[in-house]
Amino acid sequence: MDAQLEAILTDLEQKFGASQSEFRGQAKLLVAPQHILAAAKALRDQHGFEMLAALSAVDYWPERKPRFHAVYEFKSLAKNLRLEVRVPLDGDDPELESITSVYPNADWHERELWDMFGLRIQNHPDLRRILMPADWTGHPLRKDYPLGYEEVQFSFNFEEIEARKPRPKE
Amino acid sequence: MSSLEQIEITTEELRHLVSPRAIEGDTILLNMGPQHPSTHGVLRLLLELDGEIVVSCIPDIGYLHTGIEKSIESKSYEKSEVMTDRLDYLNTMGNNLAYCLAVEKLVDLDVPERAQAVRVIFAELQRIASHMVWLGTHMLDLGAMSVFFYTFTQRERILDLMEMAGGQRMMTTYFRPGGLWRDVPDGWVEGVRELIDDLPRHFKEFEALISKNPIFLDRTKDIGILSAEDGLAWGVTGSSLRGSGVDYDIRKAEPYSGYERYEFDVPLATEGDVYARYWVRMKELYESVRIVRQALDKLPSGPFRSNNRKFVPPPRAELGESMEAVIHHFKLWTEGFPAPKNSVYLPVESPRGELGVLLEGDGGPKPYRCYWRTPSFVNLQVLPMLSKGHYVADLVAIIGSIDIVLGDTDR
Amino acid sequence: MGVESKLGNLGIVTTSLEKVVNWGRTGAMWPMLFGLACCAIEMMSSQAPQYDMSRFGMELMRASPRQSDLMIVAGRLSRKMAPVLRRLYDQMPAPKWVVSMGDCASCGGVYNNYAIVQGVDEIVPVDVYVAGCPPRPEALIHGIMTLHEKVKGETFKDWA
Repeated sequence: MDAQLEAILTDLEQKFGASQSEFRGQAKLLVAPQHILAAAKALRDQHGFEMLAALSAVDYWPERKPRFHAVYEFKSLAKNLRLEVRVPLDGDDPELESITSVYPNADWHERELWDMFGLRIQNHPDLRRILMPADWTGHPLRKDYPLGYEEVQFSFNFEEIEARKPRPKE
Repeated sequence: MSSLEQIEITTEELRHLVSPRAIEGDTILLNMGPQHPSTHGVLRLLLELDGEIVVSCIPDIGYLHTGIEKSIESKSYEKSEVMTDRLDYLNTMGNNLAYCLAVEKLVDLDVPERAQAVRVIFAELQRIASHMVWLGTHMLDLGAMSVFFYTFTQRERILDLMEMAGGQRMMTTYFRPGGLWRDVPDGWVEGVRELIDDLPRHFKEFEALISKNPIFLDRTKDIGILSAEDGLAWGVTGSSLRGSGVDYDIRKAEPYSGYERYEFDVPLATEGDVYARYWVRMKELYESVRIVRQALDKLPSGPFRSNNRKFVPPPRAELGESMEAVIHHFKLWTEGFPAPKNSVYLPVESPRGELGVLLEGDGGPKPYRCYWRTPSFVNLQVLPMLSKGHYVADLVAIIGSIDIVLGDTDR
Repeated sequence: MGVESKLGNLGIVTTSLEKVVNWGRTGAMWPMLFGLACCAIEMMSSQAPQYDMSRFGMELMRASPRQSDLMIVAGRLSRKMAPVLRRLYDQMPAPKWVVSMGDCASCGGVYNNYAIVQGVDEIVPVDVYVAGCPPRPEALIHGIMTLHEKVKGETFKDWA
């Protein structure tokens, strides 16, 4: 691993009690949810990570603790480094602090987290659904949300499905 | 919560999006899209207008949300590649490349050099094709009809080469984890060479048509200025960021698929307006041709896909002779290959910016989570900032200049 | 032979009104400039010089549904977009036709999931389905020619 990155990781480990790991040359840092805003601020101001490259989540259902991981990908252009920060979140209805005050482009990413995973983002300026219609129920990328698979029509069940299919009127 | 429960959206929730003047009726609210010829697809914009000046612009996306990430979770690693073409439909081969590289990194699979070179050639040809569509439609938005015909003529020639290799014009799924679907056919190398010898002449023609056109200059100079600081803070990548003078190209910063072997420049402009972004993209076309030429000159011979039978199906001829080959083939096509329980993030440079794949395995043959960091989604976020204070007609120019693809935005 | 041979070179053509009207409708069928996804790019290609749909009186893509006769549903239709599509269809003046272009529009294609409507024929009545993912421009043009054949056989009563 890069020596610069090593120093940053150790610093964050000491400050926020984070734990680091590595896979295929990529550094990952596990940060507790209460520290994410401070960690993001430290990464931008002290360690030169100018850009939040990506922000998403992973659902580990039926696991409960943690059920979700929010995944932040930070990028430093000046040092040419990448760092993945993961925030474990417990329970079905978790809350996560917004980092829009540090990285403004987290705005839509966090709206997507709410829309797709149902993570309640605290202190977000405009938390609405972004991809699904505003009146949609449920959060599609959760593992307990069905894929919504429609049965395929074959000759043995063609008429049965055809009868159920909605048909438009002129 | 029952599934039939209605969710009411109150006006109060949306009030903060517009200025107080809109509530008093001082400014008008105008709905632009989802069906509008210059929103490049199904983007919906809610505009607050003071006369013809944009006071605020609220993008509403999701009209093309396809559930690709969820669908990928239900298919094996090889099968889900079909979904990736259709994300950013102007950069089909680039999406395949990002996905294949992510899978290869996750399972630690080698790719032979020939496959890497062919991948680079196709990725760059795809970049040219994508820029051709961007140029044609961008000019169409600005009222120049004829450029569309010229650029699409050139794009067809690239699609012909893609069809030659992959059998389809757009959605080829030609790259596979571990290499290519098959080797490039006879006559393909000559075809590419003929094309790249001819293309720069046409690029010059486009530049002669557009670059100094007074109407075009009036419409694009000092419109939608994005500063370098804003660009970085908002996570803008690709040509849109390079138009603001930030030297960031993933092909240079974190080379993948052998880009470090080729010499090319990263065009930069400092103004950050619509014209600068146009200029950067036009110069990129020549660089892409340069990369293709070098890759073609150095095109190594040898295998076109990995020899690791655990991940790559054996050649057809082996099936008749070896029982092991049959077993491998059967295992791969019925079950797929397993990947370790961990995740990788892999960024590549798409024509629009950083295209990243976060791929997580769970030890089984299906991806546990596949997140796509798509450039259009992130770049589109700066639109409200860029369009503030400009005319509605300029808004159209700005949308064209950040080069969004709605399939990429909504996934 | 009919009356034409008796009258000689007077330039008189006899036909039925329905045939003339249908001929006119097929000769200048204006599609709506409305693309959803990948297929829209192929729709643009079929407008471009190589394939040139204007040979069939279709060089005018109208951006407004109120000026168009033909809706080409080019691409996958999400559940969020479905009400918009139906509204656009309702805004088109009769007689109007719908071509469902591509697998996603025809049957949901590879996206059998929560977000995509499994075929636009659940939303609007479709006249011609064009298969392919995406269909080649030739396939789209063939679909439109098929629609022309269909229109030529229509009677006034169909739209009354």
